Amino acid sequence: MPTDPLLQLLRSKARHTDAELAELLSLSPAQVQERIAAWEKDGTILGYQAVTDPELAEAGNVSAFIEVKLTPERGGGFDRLAMRIARFDQVASCYLASGGYDLMVVVEGKDLRDVARFVSEKLSTLDGVLSTATHFRLKTYKEKGFLFDHEARSERLAVAP
Amino acid sequence: MDYSSKIARHVAGIPRSGIRDFFELVQGREGVISLGVGEPDFVTPWHIREAAIYSLEKGQTTYTSNLGLLSLRKAISRYVGGFFDVSYDAATEVLVTVGVSEAIDLALRALLNPGEEVIYHEPCYVSYSPSIVMAYGKAVSVETCKEDGFSLKPEKLAAAITPQSRVLMLNFPTNPTGAVASQEDLEGIAKLCIEHDLIVLTDEIYSELRYDGVKHVSIASLPGMKERTILLHGFSKAFAMTGFRLGYACAPQPIIEAMMKIHQYSMLCAPIMSQNAALEALENGTPAMLEMRESYHHRRDFMVKRLNEIGLSCHTPGGAFYVFPDIRSTGLSSKEFATRLLEAENVAAVPGSAFGHSGEGFLRCCYATAFDDLRVAMDKMERFVGTL
Repeated sequence: MPTDPLLQLLRSKARHTDAELAELLSLSPAQVQERIAAWEKDGTILGYQAVTDPELAEAGNVSAFIEVKLTPERGGGFDRLAMRIARFDQVASCYLASGGYDLMVVVEGKDLRDVARFVSEKLSTLDGVLSTATHFRLKTYKEKGFLFDHEARSERLAVAP
Repeated sequence: MDYSSKIARHVAGIPRSGIRDFFELVQGREGVISLGVGEPDFVTPWHIREAAIYSLEKGQTTYTSNLGLLSLRKAISRYVGGFFDVSYDAATEVLVTVGVSEAIDLALRALLNPGEEVIYHEPCYVSYSPSIVMAYGKAVSVETCKEDGFSLKPEKLAAAITPQSRVLMLNFPTNPTGAVASQEDLEGIAKLCIEHDLIVLTDEIYSELRYDGVKHVSIASLPGMKERTILLHGFSKAFAMTGFRLGYACAPQPIIEAMMKIHQYSMLCAPIMSQNAALEALENGTPAMLEMRESYHHRRDFMVKRLNEIGLSCHTPGGAFYVFPDIRSTGLSSKEFATRLLEAENVAAVPGSAFGHSGEGFLRCCYATAFDDLRVAMDKMERFVGTL
């Protein structure tokens, strides 16, 4: 199923006003509002946030990618434990993955010690967590579709052949 | 059987809570927007809930020391030292209780001989007067007014003091008015307490929820007051932990010892899983608490602005999560106003008279409710006031 054009627009820029969206898609603002409200209600749209450059917006903050191996449980598999981990504020993303580990947990903290404390005191002390491997982020090249190439963005000529 | 002769007279004489009457009116109605709930609209932050789950998983299901886990009392002592600037010895001057409500009951029972007077400022939380009566004390209310921002003025307190006065109960920020006391008022009150040898019972449950960047000051931190003050605090409001039922009292050792005597026979100890959750709240809960406070602050500003626009004059409360608009301009009693507002617009707010005589003419609106609901509730209230 192709992505709805309204949803596609919102995914590239959520800050369009309802009137702008309506104009771009030849809809009425009321139709736009109605569809967005329905998506917010059924969970298609989970939320809106600015995608920021962490070096400029959150200087000093650190992120880590943590590979977690779990013991699956009867009935629920990995779900219960994964949700328990995902609920922590420090966890930015949490995915079940195929391959050599079970969960990929993206954790954010204000410094290395903050992340290390979360891993040693919260994550690895849970029954069912067999092992963790923490990889700190060193540099970001692309985030949510946005490239981090401030210098390279060249101006287009105003008139070109 | 004639049960009226079986119920103790001092209990039978306690009137039903005005909040309960109103609650029954609201119940059974569909689609009500409620500004009547006196608790945070946030769920307890996950890391705190998780700490409780973890403690259960690890089999921590036993009694604790009557005073509470020493690790928690140490954390309380550190927190109170930092936040209120008063130091208490964790081993002997801190008692962990089942909510501040239990602590109030313990303190009053530990201090009062039958017939002795307890002064409290009104409008106030619904339990104060009944708690005093159940401890065989005599409840003496001092009315506060909108013109004073519902703070307790020392001159009014002075007029209520008699040779039988033993205890003064304070609650700033106040439920239901959101009132705070100025440093000057607190100093005046402290002076009177020393002069008349009163013990102060200060319910500080809303103390983290102070707005406009003002630092909260407790009477316990004023010179000469620690020795005559019982500082009561808990986790319900600041950390959104109402259901955990956890509070504490900090006071000089002989008073804590007396309160503990009652606590050990009536309650034994506070639940261990709640104590473990509270420990996590004190150690790691401040960032989440500050975020919640920020959110209340925005909502308070919105409510005060809208109520004044509607024509219901409303002072700007310095704390808690209540606004207390003046509805006297409508000519209705607070009960009539609340009942008719509910019937006409399905918006519930508690009549001020539920919090004492001096609450008559006012309405308690709790803004710990989703912002969108507050907006709709204010529009509905505006429409209702327009029909009067």
